[in-house]
Amino acid sequence: MTASVPALCISGLRKSFGASEIIRGIDLDIAKGERHAIIGPNGAGKSTLFHLISARLAATSGTIALKGEPVTGLKPFEINRKGLSRSFQITNIFHSLSVFENLRSAVLWSLGYKYSFWHRLSVLRDAKERAEHVMCDIGLQNRRDTAAGILSYAEQRALEIGITIAGGADVILLDEPTAGMSHSETDEAVALIRRVTENKTLVMVEHDMGVVFGLADRISVLVYGQVIATDTPQAIRANPLVQEAYLGTTPVSGNAS
Amino acid sequence: MTAPSSLPRQVLIWAAIFVIACVLPSLFRSGFLVSVLSQIAIMAVFALSYNMLLGQTGLLSFGHAVYYGLGAFATIHLLNGLGKSATPLLVALLPLGGGAAGLVAGLILGRMTTKKAGTTFAMISLGIAELMFATTPIFPSVFGGDGGFAGNRMAGKGSFLGLTWGPQIEIYWLVLFWAFVSAGLMFALTQTPLGRVANAVRDNPERAEFIGYDTRQVRYRMLVLSGLFAGIAGGLSALNYEIVTVDMLNAHTSGSVLLMTYTGGIGHFFGPVLGAAMITLMQTLVGGLTHAWLLYFGLFFLFMVAFAPGGMASVLSRQSALVKAGLWRCLLPHYALAAAPAALACLGAVGLIEMAYALLAGHDAASFMGTSIRLHTLLPWLGAASVLIGGIAGLKWVIGGMSDAWHQALSQLQGGKP
Ligand SMILES: Nc1ncnc2c1ncn2[C@@H]1O[C@H](COP(=O)(O)OP(=O)(O)OP(=O)(O)O)[C@@H](O)[C@H]1O
Ligand SMILES: [Mg+2]
Repeated sequence: MTASVPALCISGLRKSFGASEIIRGIDLDIAKGERHAIIGPNGAGKSTLFHLISARLAATSGTIALKGEPVTGLKPFEINRKGLSRSFQITNIFHSLSVFENLRSAVLWSLGYKYSFWHRLSVLRDAKERAEHVMCDIGLQNRRDTAAGILSYAEQRALEIGITIAGGADVILLDEPTAGMSHSETDEAVALIRRVTENKTLVMVEHDMGVVFGLADRISVLVYGQVIATDTPQAIRANPLVQEAYLGTTPVSGNAS
Repeated sequence: MTAPSSLPRQVLIWAAIFVIACVLPSLFRSGFLVSVLSQIAIMAVFALSYNMLLGQTGLLSFGHAVYYGLGAFATIHLLNGLGKSATPLLVALLPLGGGAAGLVAGLILGRMTTKKAGTTFAMISLGIAELMFATTPIFPSVFGGDGGFAGNRMAGKGSFLGLTWGPQIEIYWLVLFWAFVSAGLMFALTQTPLGRVANAVRDNPERAEFIGYDTRQVRYRMLVLSGLFAGIAGGLSALNYEIVTVDMLNAHTSGSVLLMTYTGGIGHFFGPVLGAAMITLMQTLVGGLTHAWLLYFGLFFLFMVAFAPGGMASVLSRQSALVKAGLWRCLLPHYALAAAPAALACLGAVGLIEMAYALLAGHDAASFMGTSIRLHTLLPWLGAASVLIGGIAGLKWVIGGMSDAWHQALSQLQGGKP
């Protein structure tokens, strides 16, 4: 797509839990600025792949490079500081903090405040403005002071995305951002994702084919721990291997031109 | 801790505490009261420092007395080291030496304790505290053996602003000064990036790592700062009592600060202050009245854990929210109705406990309101037991209506502000 170094370069990635190998040799390059969707049946290893990229889990073998820099063996916070941020399939927020505090916490490191105990939060205009900006982006400005734990499910999902993007990372991983949402909520979430990942690299696990084909530049199909195809949406639709392994069970409306 | 209390309310609480702390001693002019107040202020600092771990970072420590005790020993050694050259101004600054000792201890011990949170932290903090306590006899020159170390805060000459730290009231003002400085700084800490991220780490350490924070570093920094303030509290205690013993860093001291903080309320900044005041008062007042005070104390703690896990601060803030919303009027009759059987139940329980204690102590009779009660007869036992049972039955009778009214009021309170 571009000649520059890929945002993510995964090669020979494997992960076993005990005797069972869940990720069985994945090679995948994701270009800068690309919106990449990963689809595949339940239990294929999509979330596990995200856990490996974001260092929540350590790979059994293989390497991962982020913007050309090897990140294998780093801790999650180190990878985050290098500009990769991820969301979780199961909502993972700071439940007793307010919506605003959730987002402000998420911007502090990237603004350089680190572990400071000599700044007063209330006078940090940049942190406040950025948190409020994200809060408007995800449409939770009316819930500013509500504890995250008592938000509705859809609101929590929105906050999950907000925390992920607030730090300004340029590589964003979203794990099933629209799971469990109604149609209208999904449409809103898609618009939101499109807006907040402008000029960023997005990798997204998603089951909703409408979302996938509407948003992705390229799609990878992950089946049983292996990527069986990576291509444009049109080509993926037409790929007999994919139809057999995956799409066959989930009919896709519309035809490839 | 959900919505930050509005600033005016915080200011109001600070002002109220300040006024109470200043007015009480001159109102009563009792030496005993002043020394109780000094103790409360010291314990408040200690408990606030403990809550930096428990309430703010989610770390349950069973060994916080280490920092308190080391601060106290450092201070008493500094005091004795100064000897006759100790001017009142220098003495007034000594708690900072205690703080430094707590800080250094935190820097060293924190490396081991803060690797993990949860049970691991709790167990390692306990282990290190026990280890420290067990090694104290090996260093009699540091810890002074069983008798500890005594000091004299008036060893030097002169005065500072007319103060010599001789009279208890003067040391009270000194303690109060440092208590407010420490509490102010600890409050300020809650309003900083580190303070807020500590809350995030408490809520969800995993996610904190994915917003760029090394949770271990967050825990470590909070522990070191907490050690600093615990050390200051220890230093204040050294000046206040002019004696420091190894008891100050044993598990019992670690346990009391946990109880104070917890019963006061870990979710509110001032909860630990409330707990420190309440439990110090119980220790000194109830402790003076009855030998069974530890038992009452245990019962009180159980009661709080079972019925008010948010501590006294959350009970108070709930009630004040209800008062503000005008809903208290619906609840008041229920409270009044419950008060009588509750008092009866307490009376019966206290009667039984006191008689049992008297009997165990080898007495044949106990005096109650001027009359003598013979303990080897059945009647007083039956009487106390029936008062207790009657009280409990009465409570059961009214509790249903009260809890209905309570839930109704709460749902109105939440519905009232969408
Ligand atoms: N920690 C673990 N230990 C053992 N097995 C695991 C572990 N985590 C995941 N697995 C297994 O790995 C497989 C892949 O799980 P993963 O969550 O990555 O699937 P997925 O593609 O995200 O599925 P879904 O669409 O349901 O989210 C599953 O069979 C799961 O049971
Ligand atoms: Mg998954």
